[in-house]
This record gives sequence, C-alpha cells and structure tokens, in this order.
Amino acid sequence: MKVITDYLKSLILIELFKGMALTGKYLFKKKITVQYPEEKTPLSPRFRGLHALRRYPNGEERCIACKLCEAVCPALAITIESEQRADGSRRTKRYDIDLTKCIFCGFCEESCPVDSIVETHIFEYHGEERGDLYMTKEKLLAIGDKYEKEIAANRAADARYR
Amino acid sequence: MVELLEQSLSWLPGNAVILTVIIVKILVIVLPLMGAVAYLTLAERKVIGYIQVRIGPNRVGPRGLLQPIADAVKLLMKETILPSNANRFLFLLGPVLALAPALAAWAVIPFDEGWVLADVNAGLLYILAMTSMGVYGVIIAGWASNSKYAFLGALRSAAQIVSYEIAMGFAIVGVLLAGGSLNIGEIVTAQQGSFIHWFWLPLLPLFFIYFISGVAETNRAPFDVAEGESEIVAGFHVEYSAMTFSVFFLAEYANMILVAMLAALMFLGGWLSPFEGIPGLETLFSWVPGIVWLLAKCAFFCFLYLWFRATFPRYRYDQIMRLGWKVFIPITIVWLMVVGGLVVAEAGPWFD
Repeated sequence: MKVITDYLKSLILIELFKGMALTGKYLFKKKITVQYPEEKTPLSPRFRGLHALRRYPNGEERCIACKLCEAVCPALAITIESEQRADGSRRTKRYDIDLTKCIFCGFCEESCPVDSIVETHIFEYHGEERGDLYMTKEKLLAIGDKYEKEIAANRAADARYR
Repeated sequence: MVELLEQSLSWLPGNAVILTVIIVKILVIVLPLMGAVAYLTLAERKVIGYIQVRIGPNRVGPRGLLQPIADAVKLLMKETILPSNANRFLFLLGPVLALAPALAAWAVIPFDEGWVLADVNAGLLYILAMTSMGVYGVIIAGWASNSKYAFLGALRSAAQIVSYEIAMGFAIVGVLLAGGSLNIGEIVTAQQGSFIHWFWLPLLPLFFIYFISGVAETNRAPFDVAEGESEIVAGFHVEYSAMTFSVFFLAEYANMILVAMLAALMFLGGWLSPFEGIPGLETLFSWVPGIVWLLAKCAFFCFLYLWFRATFPRYRYDQIMRLGWKVFIPITIVWLMVVGGLVVAEAGPWFD
C-alpha cells in the first residue's frame, strides 16, 4: 500500500511543490545583506582590532616593560627591549608588534598589569609597504593618543565583566 | 508598418525590397531577444539572491540595472584563448553552432495574431529540429577543446538531450493532436474561448513533462550535469573565454526564453487574454495588446526556471536517465491515448 501511495505522491510532484513553496516564501523575506562601506554591523566593546599603547592622563606612558605580553604572545609577534630612564624608572626602549604574525587573540591585553597594550575597535587599516604592518612603539603610542577616548569608553563598558 | 517600409524602399529592385524587409523583421526579433537575454541574466542573479535572503548585484547603475552591460563589456574586452592542442576550426565553430539554432527557431514564433516572421505550416516540427541542432554546438565544443572535462560535459549533454528530446517530442505530439495543426499560430487560435479552453487543462501531464524536459533540454538546473561545476568544472565550456564563452551563454539563455515562449504558446493560450469569456473583466482588459499577455506568460516560465534553480539540487546522472526513459516516456504515451480519446469523443470545452 505504502509503495502505491509513495508512487502516486512522486507522480503529483508534491515534494517538489513543497520545496518551491519554501523557497518562494524566502523570496519575500526581509533581506539580511549589510552593504558594508555604507552600512556596518555593531561592534562589541570587546572587539579585538588594531593594537595601541595607552598613556596615563598626565601623559606618562603606562607600559612598565614587564614583558608579560611578550611572554604570553602565542605567535611571538611582540618584541620588547627595556632600559632604565634618567628618573630611575624602567621603561621600554623598543616595543614592536608584527601585525603580520599577530593572531589577534587578545592575550597581551589580558596579561597587561597596567592596561597599557590594548586591542582597539579599529579594523579598517592597511599597509602599502612591507614594513607598514610592523608596528613600532611610536606608531602604537600614536594610535593610543588618537583614540584614547574610544578606547577608555570601551574598557569602561566592559569593566564589569573583567 | 511593413507597407510603410516597403513604400519607402520602392526605389530598390523588387527582390532587394523583400530582402530588406525580412532583415528588418529579423532585427526586430533578435535585438529585443538579445536584450531579454542580457536582462534574464540579471534577473537570475537577483531572483536567486532574493531567495537566498540576499539582495543580489546592486552596484552598477541604479539597483544594479546596468550590470549585464558591464558584464558584456568585460567579456568583449577579454582575450579569446585558443588551447594549444585544440582543433581551431571546430573550437570556434562550436559556439556558433550553439547560438544559430537558438536564434533560428524564433522565425516561426508568432508574437500576436499574424505577427510572425515565417508562417510555416510545419512550425512545431521546425522548432523540434532546431532545438535538437543545438546539441551539436555543445558536442563539437566539448570535443574540439581537447580537455577531458569538456569532453565529459559534451557526452553527458548529448545523452541527456537525446533522451529528453523523445519525451518532449511526445508532449508536442499531444499538442498537435489537440490543436490539429503544426502551425503555432493555429494552435493558439484553437485555444480560443477562456483560460479553461487553453490546452494546459486537457494536456496537464504533457504540460508538466514538456516544461521539465525543456529544462533538461537547455541544460539548466536541476539537470545541469553538462556544466556540473562541482564535478567537471564547467563541462563543455571550460576552455572557452571572452566572446566565445559569452556566445554559449547567449545560446543557453535564448534557448531558455524559447522554451518558455513555446510553453506559453502551446499550453497557456499564447497571446490570448486570460480574461476572455469572463463578462466584466473581458471588456475591462480588451485594450491590452496580445503581445503583452504572451510576454507576461513567457516571463512567468522564465521565472520558473530561476525558481527551480534556486530550489532543487542537481540530479544524479542515472536518475536523469531514469526520469527521462522510464517515467516521462511511458506517461506521455499513456496521455497521448487519453488525448486521442478526448479528441475522438469531442469532449469538454476543448475539442467540440
């Protein structure tokens, strides 16, 4: 009996019509495309994008050259050299992040005891030459200075969960 | 309008006038057809995009409306690559042999009462012959490319088209029985009355089989094993680039529109208004010219093509053969008997 009903079902193409009804329904659904340069999806305050080195409000750089980030970096993208400054405090002489090695895991930010190295919300950046994605201390501090307001706001928004 | 053209050309010798008139008629058919092909590609991308909850191409021109033109310009500018071990003559002949029958078949398509380039009495037979010729383009292209993928695609396409030709032929025989003529214009006039008088009702199984065979005949999804991009890269046109490639595309889409047009003419009453015989609506819509109805019906079938492609996964090769030989051919033969009986009994509103 089942054989006969199945045969008749296949003859009247019922399954095919069901499939077409489904796709036909989707034809009129609201489209989910985000047209990128004009429209953007919302970003979480935890978004891990381009790196930056921050300063204290008085202009002193936060980084104390503890090298925890260098140690934790799974991609070995961070290179730090330290020295003693004239006032006796320990500071970095060199702080480089090779963005072509970086995997944007955020461990450096997590490991930092003074919230100096952070990953910002910036993801639209590019390099035109080979060295452009090799971030030096100056470049990182410049990014930190430029976006300090956004960076601080994002940290504040996420502070409850840290 | 034809008279006007003939008068303005009266300074030419008699034969030249006839020739010019024919050429103008051909251009009047072919140029809009090429435009339709171009915009069918855009419609395809848009419809499939919408079904996949995307918006499709929308960057070139307003809402992407200039996309087909951009595509055409791109293909025109590209280099036509001849594979080093290909048979040059056949390689270039392939696309032409694919496109020529697809265009030639339009000669006997009537667009309205009497609007036909060649009012041939064996119109349907001619169409059947022309659509079968298209397969030579594919076979020659596949063979001349000297590539195993192209060759496999050509073999698959040949076997598939030959199988479905039979079912399609039988479906057309049904129309011929019902209409009592091979002239497409006469088949349409035989459907006069109302939309119930159209042949889709008495020939319902043949209608379905005709359109499904038409999809298989044009190598479209879900029967697109000849292209089979997930199995044999692009099938018969792997080695083709630039204009040679776009000619294959033109042929495929021209064939799609042709099959859609024939389905509209043979089963949905061609240029006849669907409101014929309905008291109020008939007069309300009597100002609409017949060609609008025909094009609307044709567009509906073209949309079905795209809808199929967005819905169904590709058939397995042996399933295609099973469907063609073991399902469609028996059903068409049985239904031909039924139609014959109906015609002899002068049944219903159709055959009396």
